Amino acid sequence: MTTATTIQPDYNMKVVRQFTLTTILWGIIGMAVGVLIAAQLIWPALNFDTPWLTYSRLRPLHTNAVIFAFGVSALMATSFYVVQRTCQTKLFGGPLASWVFWGWQLVILSAVVSLPLGYTTAKEYAELEWPIGILITLVWVMYAVVFFGTLVKRKTSHIYVANWFFGAFILTVAVLHIVNNLAIPLSMSSMKSYSIYAGAVDAMVQWWYGHNAVGFLLTAGFLGMMYYFVPKQANRPVYSYRLSIVHFWALIAVYIWAGPHHLHYTALPDWAQSLGMVMSLILFAPSWGGMINGIMTLSGAWHKLRTDPILRFLVVSLSFYGMSTFEGPMMAIKTVNALSHYTDWTIGHVHSGALGWVAMITIGAVYHLVPRLFNQKGMYSVALINLHFWLATIGTVLYIVAMWISGVMQGLMWRAVNDDGTLTYTFVESLEKSYPFYTIRFIGGLVFLSGMLIMAYNTYKTVTAKDGTIKLQELG
Amino acid sequence: MSIFWTIWITVITLIVIIGCAVLLRITSKNTTGVEEGQPMPHTFDGIQELNNPLPKWWTGLFWFTIVIGLLYTFAFPSYTANWNGLLDWTSSEQSVMSKEESAKLAETSHSQYQREMNAAEEKYGAVFKELAYDENGVYKDLTLVAEDPEAVKVGQRLFLQNCAQCHGSDARGSTGFPNLADNDWLYGGEPQAIKDSIMHGRQGIMAAWKDILGEQGIKETAAYVLKLSGRRVNAIEAQAGEERFVMCAACHGADGTGNHALGAPNLTNKIWLYGGSRKAVEDTIRNGRSGVMPAWSEILGEDKIHLISAFVYSLSQEK
Repeated sequence: MTTATTIQPDYNMKVVRQFTLTTILWGIIGMAVGVLIAAQLIWPALNFDTPWLTYSRLRPLHTNAVIFAFGVSALMATSFYVVQRTCQTKLFGGPLASWVFWGWQLVILSAVVSLPLGYTTAKEYAELEWPIGILITLVWVMYAVVFFGTLVKRKTSHIYVANWFFGAFILTVAVLHIVNNLAIPLSMSSMKSYSIYAGAVDAMVQWWYGHNAVGFLLTAGFLGMMYYFVPKQANRPVYSYRLSIVHFWALIAVYIWAGPHHLHYTALPDWAQSLGMVMSLILFAPSWGGMINGIMTLSGAWHKLRTDPILRFLVVSLSFYGMSTFEGPMMAIKTVNALSHYTDWTIGHVHSGALGWVAMITIGAVYHLVPRLFNQKGMYSVALINLHFWLATIGTVLYIVAMWISGVMQGLMWRAVNDDGTLTYTFVESLEKSYPFYTIRFIGGLVFLSGMLIMAYNTYKTVTAKDGTIKLQELG
Repeated sequence: MSIFWTIWITVITLIVIIGCAVLLRITSKNTTGVEEGQPMPHTFDGIQELNNPLPKWWTGLFWFTIVIGLLYTFAFPSYTANWNGLLDWTSSEQSVMSKEESAKLAETSHSQYQREMNAAEEKYGAVFKELAYDENGVYKDLTLVAEDPEAVKVGQRLFLQNCAQCHGSDARGSTGFPNLADNDWLYGGEPQAIKDSIMHGRQGIMAAWKDILGEQGIKETAAYVLKLSGRRVNAIEAQAGEERFVMCAACHGADGTGNHALGAPNLTNKIWLYGGSRKAVEDTIRNGRSGVMPAWSEILGEDKIHLISAFVYSLSQEK
């Protein structure tokens, strides 16, 4: 671990501290809801016959909590930290940064209340109804003003690559959110609204949004995080400047077109399906550019993995990133998609990205940040970071392997045909066979969640310790 | 699709793909003015960036996907709805409305769905024909088909995939969806009546009586209806209900045993399509009911329906 540098007093670190702590809080809540709904799939009685505890209402709460509460809090924390340190200047806009924090917490709380109550637009990852949609837009514009304002008044000659990715993420998410959420409310006093799009156009706009939420929020945003925390934690230079240029521009240009692969073999016109598939394929190399740049940054520093569990989190997250960005283009091929679509394979793919990449890189970044934000040389316990690392890795592997097996099995069962051309299995039979894997998935999720609780404890001990009393430790 | 949108999409898409190729070509050469492997002349919060070349295998992979991608867009429908690609491929004919149209198109079209349906028909059609037709090429009597275990097995498989969603895996139905195994029939249990139900569908409409009967009338009528199947009810209410039942008798018959021609349920046998609680019966009278069995002739074709009919018929025959 590198020596923690003391924070220059003119940076705005308060908002970073706030977002870092809420990252942990919302991570635990979002994942706990995920574990609950995983359990409901095994024991349906766990909805206790209560409407707001039913799977259908908690599932969007889980996805919104992990993406927009946990993920975006992490991105706001790290982007505000990174943009200040790599531009050598305080955040632009004075109190705006604080408004972004409280505004975003208000968005999250509105989601926590409105989703279980059953208010939903029925658009995946864009379920929040129109008043919350407007609030998101306002907060996001403030976020953009703070971020880009800071870039403009930077003291450095160039803009660091991490900020390219953060900037692309902030701009594109704004466009995606506004376009996909255009809707007409039933009345000004009603939460209910109807999308201005209809039919296949609605589906296309939704998945243009949906896949780019993955592409720009969960990929580009977290690549921004990666580009700062990996070289920082490894104390090594970034492997290739030229690679970062080509993979950045290719990634953001091509990703925009990948959405239609969610609509293969549907009413979406063939030409749109073809282009969606082709762009997803071309996306493969640009995605891997980020992994190569991250992993090769460690060349000459591999021995640090033996003693630094934070670096382990970062490296393993890059491995899962590489795995899921190979899997994604492959699943976008129509022939593969014909097997994988609508099965648990998709859930496995999403979680190899969400747990393996997004959560692990965030956890690594948070462990890097907390001592620096709270005036310590290191976390309270490195052994607990290491324990967390193993729980997170084992949990992720259990989860995704279970879903792979279950998904491929479902796909094969659904297409199996008897000698007379009738289907061999009914849907219920495939569901019955999925139960053991649902159990493994539930255990995997529980193991991952337990790691998050250990992180919360470790963070609590670090934050509440007297300034500068925790010494730098290494794994024995 | 208008010419504007065709150009819009083609131009933007090609700019992105070709732009990737151009960028890849440029960054493959060292134009930074810094020797390869050396750090770039800027640091950010202590982070340096090396000017390492792009990995060769990665560059090769990127070129490969660009070339394959472009070739695919030439071969398959891309850029516009007005062109099906060099292979003249489509996923399906979206204008097709009937099985006959689909079969006709399959001879000329490059639609994948039509071709696969055609291939399946060729491969498996004979299996169903063998079981459904006699040696003279006419449909076997359904009572005979129902005694052929192989035919019933195939009929059951078809049932499980197409009918079980509503009628249940065991064909015992659920609220609003008739039980097919209890020998109580809305439209008649004769083999041909069953086949007609599947071929052409049914629409079972019960009118809403709240405006005519009023709440008191609904209560009284429900009491009489429940009494028909031997339930203990308030005698005075049932008495009043009996007088009102004249209106119900038009469909359900004077004795309440129903009418197959109209699909009006028998009210005397303790079998309730929408529930037999007092509240459910009152709801039915108050708001009416509307049940729909879809028509399957255009979806499955008569051969398969013949086998499903035999299976359904067999459920109420044995034991």
